[in-house]
Amino acid sequence: MLFYLTLIFACQLAGELIVGILAVPVPGPVAGMVIMLGVLGLLRRVPQDLGAIAQTLLGHLSLLFVPAAVGVMLHFRLIGGEWAAMSVAVLVSTLVGIAVTGAVMMVLGRRDAPSAPQSSRPGED
Amino acid sequence: MEQLQKTWVYLSAQPLFHLTLTLAAFQVGLFLYRRSGSFALVNPVLIAVALIVGFLVLTGTDYGTYFQGAQFVHFLLGPATVALAIPIFRQFSRVRHSWKAMLASLVAGSVAASLCAIAIGWAMGAGMATIASLAPKSITTPVAMAVSEQIGGLPSLTSVFVIATGIIGAMAGPWLLDRLGVKDAAARGVAIGTASHGIGAARAIEESEAAGAFAGLAMGVNALLTAILLPLVWVWLTK
Repeated sequence: MLFYLTLIFACQLAGELIVGILAVPVPGPVAGMVIMLGVLGLLRRVPQDLGAIAQTLLGHLSLLFVPAAVGVMLHFRLIGGEWAAMSVAVLVSTLVGIAVTGAVMMVLGRRDAPSAPQSSRPGED
Repeated sequence: MEQLQKTWVYLSAQPLFHLTLTLAAFQVGLFLYRRSGSFALVNPVLIAVALIVGFLVLTGTDYGTYFQGAQFVHFLLGPATVALAIPIFRQFSRVRHSWKAMLASLVAGSVAASLCAIAIGWAMGAGMATIASLAPKSITTPVAMAVSEQIGGLPSLTSVFVIATGIIGAMAGPWLLDRLGVKDAAARGVAIGTASHGIGAARAIEESEAAGAFAGLAMGVNALLTAILLPLVWVWLTK
């Protein structure tokens, strides 16, 4: 167990180092995630203990960004002045994102996968 | 009473106090979220943030003091981001057959959402910090905050945009896809996962197992691509 926890930290550390040395504008933990993907690709499977640790960390992922989110208290004035632009931008861009992704996937999927798996439970639709 | 005052002064300066506050406030949020039957609008993070901010304002505590305690929770964001590789790897093997269509639609939707947010923010007179905070709002919070910081945004503001995006996607996504006639579970999952990350993916799992798997993978891949490409595009956009 401890080994895989160490592996996760080591991946992040390696990610931070690589990003720092190469001076690429990518967040260190994301580089660490790529390294971890590479490790899993080599292993060709997820070791059970690693899966358990990931489950623990990700099971409460939303708790982990509470401290940073509380930082909005520093920006009340900014939000007060620009709330309209913020709200419209968030609302419209989310709908546009869903519509574009869904439409493109529908068009490509039709051509890409002629043998798309059919629903195994007929009559449910 | 005087003793209470003294004890409060002592405890409020200790990391333990604000660490406990963070955990407790999140528990309250989680409790209400489950009580509501996992209704997206009753988001546990939003509730926790509202409770904590309210408490800090009432007690006149500044954010720096709060963060002294909360940093122990915050620190785990990095390892958790690395751990995102595990579900991505698992889901990839499940949806391998349609990865080309998935990647193309994911890139199209991700770019459209980001540019749309940037354009609207700019057109409506938002400042650069706000626009930079809006740009990565489609992706999962830990990565979005890191990208936001990288391009000169405000990570805390980004976290609120990201959560709002997730709630909108989870609530309006299935309806919008019905309107557009997108029926395929894969397409629906990719659309909701790309545009509204984990909160949307949780909603997609309710629709079907397949939609959930595609949503989870789309969320991971979009986080990865956005984190790598957005900072580079940003440099070029703001030149």
